[in-house]
Amino acid sequence: MIAGTTQIPMKIFIPTPLRQYAGKQDAVEVQASTIAGALSELVSSHPDLKRHLYTDDGKLRAFVNIYLNDEDVRYLSEKEQTPVKNGDQLTIIPSIAGGNCIL
Amino acid sequence: MATSTLVSNALSKDEILRYSRHLIMPEVGLEGQQKLKAARVLCIGTGGLGSPLALYLAAAGVGTLGLVDFDVVDFTNLQRQIIHSTADVGRKKLDSAAEKIESINPYVDVVRFETRLSSDNALRIFEDFDIVVDGTDNFPTRYLVNDACVLSGKPNVYGSIFRFEGQASVFGMKDGPCYRCLYPEPPPPGLVPSCAEGGVLGILPGLVGIIQATETIKLILGNGDPLVGRLLLVDALGMRFRELKLRKNPECPVCGPNRTIHELIDYQEFCGIRGEEAPASVSVPEIQPEELKRRLDAGEDIFVLDVREPHEYQICNLNGQLIPLGDLPKRMNELDSSREIVAHCRSGVRSGKAVDFLRQAGFRKVKNLAGGILAWADRVDPKMPKY
Repeated sequence: MIAGTTQIPMKIFIPTPLRQYAGKQDAVEVQASTIAGALSELVSSHPDLKRHLYTDDGKLRAFVNIYLNDEDVRYLSEKEQTPVKNGDQLTIIPSIAGGNCIL
Repeated sequence: MATSTLVSNALSKDEILRYSRHLIMPEVGLEGQQKLKAARVLCIGTGGLGSPLALYLAAAGVGTLGLVDFDVVDFTNLQRQIIHSTADVGRKKLDSAAEKIESINPYVDVVRFETRLSSDNALRIFEDFDIVVDGTDNFPTRYLVNDACVLSGKPNVYGSIFRFEGQASVFGMKDGPCYRCLYPEPPPPGLVPSCAEGGVLGILPGLVGIIQATETIKLILGNGDPLVGRLLLVDALGMRFRELKLRKNPECPVCGPNRTIHELIDYQEFCGIRGEEAPASVSVPEIQPEELKRRLDAGEDIFVLDVREPHEYQICNLNGQLIPLGDLPKRMNELDSSREIVAHCRSGVRSGKAVDFLRQAGFRKVKNLAGGILAWADRVDPKMPKY
């Protein structure tokens, strides 16, 4: 967290498969100044989410996409360090294969 | 091929009547209807997504419909796979689907591929088709369909569903992204949702399958704004449709300029799937349903632990203590490690994990009910409902 940056209240939308790790909520409110800050607040309030979003060495997993509004965070120039502004929303989009289960 | 399609594209008097509501709208018209008739569309799967898709493409007059499926219709399919009827249970999905398509529109040429799509047959099967529609339900086949479409230069009309959420897009177009641009890698099997959080609202594949059918028809007509470079998210519960931007990943291993994949790979291995059995179910002590029944009837002190979810317990149960697998770590203190414990779930996989977990926590007298409550219903209590 950088001193002096404003903490913006924002919503992170949690997709169905991950809701069980986020207290069954479909959206979580956080206070953050950047995308990375928002995600880190999300996993600190819902630690079970961490291994689903990050690899052991702390990188976002390849099968989880994070969108700031309608834009893929990977393609923003500052990526996860992008500052957030009022009204921004984060959405987690995991890959889903179909309605099947693996037993 | 080109000359024969040219000749057969002419519409008969009967076909003109059949397609009249298309012919009188300028966006389709006679020319569009002839394009539909000349089109060759391959549907991967005739399940939840494939059912509405195949029905509508057939009704719309797509001339050649390829169907790939190796499965047999069962009762649990009927809640969403509307191309199959109750009387079809036990029949090959291909036969059931082909029959429905022919009864809706005898002018459609149905080509059946009774096989599991694989790296050995995909490119050969794709060869005779213009568009591939992905109605599969597993990661290995999704990556296979994507790669085969990119390698053969065919559009891949994508749809995917989970519970009451769906995704749709059109991949594999020349300047558009592919599935790997969106998801370079599949989730490891351990992070794929299991039965406990699986299931699908029956109507959802209808919604998403019809979006796929719509995109397919637009591609054939060359009309409208295709879902290329956009991911449509469908939330049936909130009834909200959202759209996200998709970009072609310059580092994509299959469609990028420096691609590393030049031929189809082993997709089971890529997705980390080795064999059908989940490893947890083999390494823990088991008890057979018949033995459990005999010992319970004899009044032996056995604690039955049901690790399914509460909504599953309501369907059928063995009067066990319900502690869902996910709650087990924090509710372990409710269990008496001196008593003999038999854990069960639906099929034995989740309870295998529970037994493994409890043994590591020091429980010695804990066993897994082999085959779960399904095996109990099959072998001990035929009156018990299965799901």
